[in-house]
Amino acid sequence: MSATPTTPSQKPAHDGSAKNGHAPAALVSEEVIRVIRDDGSLDPTWDPKLSDERIVELYSWMVKTRIVDDRLVTLQRQGRIGFHIGSLGEEATILGSAAAARPQDWIFPCYREFGALLLRGMPLQRYIDNMFGNSNDPVQGRQMPDHYTGKPWNFGSVSSPIGTQITQAVGFGWAAKMKKDDLATLVYFGEGATSSNEFHCGANFAGVFKTPTVFLCRNNGWAISVPAARQSASKTFADKAIAYGIRGVRCDGNDLLAVYAATREAIERAARGEGSTLIETLTYRLSGHSTSDDPKAYRKEAEVEAWKSKDPNTRLRGFLEKKGLWSAEKQTALEEQTSNELAECVKVAEKAAPPTLESMFEDVFAELPWHLKEQREQLLKGPRAKGHGH
Amino acid sequence: MPQMNMVQAINDALRLEMRKNDKVVVLGEDVGKVGGVFRVTAGLFDEFGDDRVIDTPLSEGGIIGAAIGMALYGLVPVPEIQFSDFIFPAYDQIVSELAKFRYRSGGEYVSKLVIRTPVGGGIRGGHYHSQSPESQFIHVAGLKVVCPTNPYDAKGLLLASIRDPDPVLFFEPKRIYRAAKGEVPEGDYTVPLGKASVLKEGKHVTIVSWGAMVYEALAAAEQAGAQGIDCEVIDLRTLWPLDIDTIIASVKKTGRVVIVHEAPKSCGLGGEIVSLINEKAFLHLEAPPARVTGFDTPFPYTLELEYLPLAHRILPQIVETAQY
Ligand SMILES: Cc1ncc(C[n+]2csc(CCOP(=O)(O)OP(=O)(O)O)c2C)c(N)n1
Repeated sequence: MSATPTTPSQKPAHDGSAKNGHAPAALVSEEVIRVIRDDGSLDPTWDPKLSDERIVELYSWMVKTRIVDDRLVTLQRQGRIGFHIGSLGEEATILGSAAAARPQDWIFPCYREFGALLLRGMPLQRYIDNMFGNSNDPVQGRQMPDHYTGKPWNFGSVSSPIGTQITQAVGFGWAAKMKKDDLATLVYFGEGATSSNEFHCGANFAGVFKTPTVFLCRNNGWAISVPAARQSASKTFADKAIAYGIRGVRCDGNDLLAVYAATREAIERAARGEGSTLIETLTYRLSGHSTSDDPKAYRKEAEVEAWKSKDPNTRLRGFLEKKGLWSAEKQTALEEQTSNELAECVKVAEKAAPPTLESMFEDVFAELPWHLKEQREQLLKGPRAKGHGH
Repeated sequence: MPQMNMVQAINDALRLEMRKNDKVVVLGEDVGKVGGVFRVTAGLFDEFGDDRVIDTPLSEGGIIGAAIGMALYGLVPVPEIQFSDFIFPAYDQIVSELAKFRYRSGGEYVSKLVIRTPVGGGIRGGHYHSQSPESQFIHVAGLKVVCPTNPYDAKGLLLASIRDPDPVLFFEPKRIYRAAKGEVPEGDYTVPLGKASVLKEGKHVTIVSWGAMVYEALAAAEQAGAQGIDCEVIDLRTLWPLDIDTIIASVKKTGRVVIVHEAPKSCGLGGEIVSLINEKAFLHLEAPPARVTGFDTPFPYTLELEYLPLAHRILPQIVETAQY
């Protein structure tokens, strides 16, 4: 299931974004990058010229991500997991950008990017264990579902507070630059997060120190119930780059190839020492904010329907079918295979034991101080809670 | 009298005060059209409009800083922080500014606002939707801190908080938002700040608690009663400045005290209460004052029921303290 993006040194001639002639003269151009046209043909201006196999592979990941999302919502509704926050409708943004990062580039996630982590090679089982918070979960069920960590795949650790990953991604890439290492960081956040302190500090540092950072703003229209228009009076979110002296670009966030091209260009610029880029992807959160949210309370069904017609998976599938690269049979086979794999993972995760009581006290510090030893003893000797571990 | 839960009672208090005083404004993330993620501000947007019930950009520093500015101009803002775990981007404004305005300007400026925020665990929220940071605000001179545990108190304390001359942090225990129900008078009344409530009188052991754990303390007290231990249960209601007289009077009567709170043990408010008891009632003590609290770890997800100081952990401590 692994999908390793190609590195520039190994880059086949057909895999890479257009290099010259597209850099806007101004920091932020008016253009919205788009590659897949409505008629299914490709606009050559920004076509990243990925191989057919690569596009099919990325499409497959978009489908898998959606199937996993769908199943996790069901598991939450059945009370088998506590929570899920997904990426329905944002698959092209997440997979297109993650695929454009080179293997040595680090990803600093928000909380909707499990597809990126699976693409990087994290086993599905490890993700599902996190969703169940069991003893096989590397974080021992300490965090909520969808708060995973993925260091082996150059992937950060999810936390809930909005925006905190942004400055960290800047510092990480900055440190690599100091050490003259060839890597960039790709940091994800929603348009709501552009109102946070961290976004402004991060973009400012990135500009001042010319760090190799790609700021990926998923403009999915909503921050829970607050519409994007309430976050900012700027004409676009990409415009915010101007104030910090970094580049800003906008792209069709439901067009895998456009997101890939925009991200690839930003990564390559960062790698060449040309500094940071803020990418605004225009997309839409088709689901509620999370399983705790009912979007009917604040947005119109007509708006959702309009975006459903721009569904990123459907669009890419249309293109692939037109080229004879995909079929209904392939779709069914992929769906079945993913569902089976997922069912197996869920079975294993549900059978796994809850984390041990001791695990609660581990990793607070590198070594257990006296007071935590004492508290651990008290817990172990004391009576158990009703519903322990569930 | 209408039956209400905590959410309805707090909503009722906001509506009543907003009708009465056009200086009162509500602002925060998702508080407007949708009425808050816990629906505490439901319906206020429709009644009072976008000028007084304001969906803000996603910035706690912006919400509290702007609310302070509004207050300096003479409004009475009641900002909501969606979860108290997300109050920290506003910590600078609260600690460096809000808490010190009166003092640093010699009373020339007063920044009067009430910050409402859900607190505590019990909703399977993991690290960042469960914490109890009250002592991090009590340690800052200049803030009053309130935490109601039933609908009657929630409405009365919120009205008192809005009318109080000082800034108030109003912590709402989310575990009991809908579970705690009771009769709530229609119309205006207040529950005074700084007064604890003795929920159950008893002569053997004093239990001091607040927030959602008050119900656990009551359950444990009932179980202890079956073993012949008669507990007195105090609900602090106002965490700071606390009702020292009620605590000391009770400890002088029982000579034994157990303090129960969800927040981590070390440097929690329980430690301060123990010190005060030592200072003011040392010679009346028959047993060392004890604490049953959350552990000194981040708040866990799967093991949340083992982390919380629920009745099954309180009861053994009551017995130990009673038999000491
Ligand atoms: C500092 C902080 N404040 C509030 C929240 C609660 N919250 C969680 S997600 C969210 C909206 C985020 O919107 P956006 O940044 O646009 O990302 P999206 O969820 O749309 O992907 C809010 C307000 C939080 N997690 N952290």
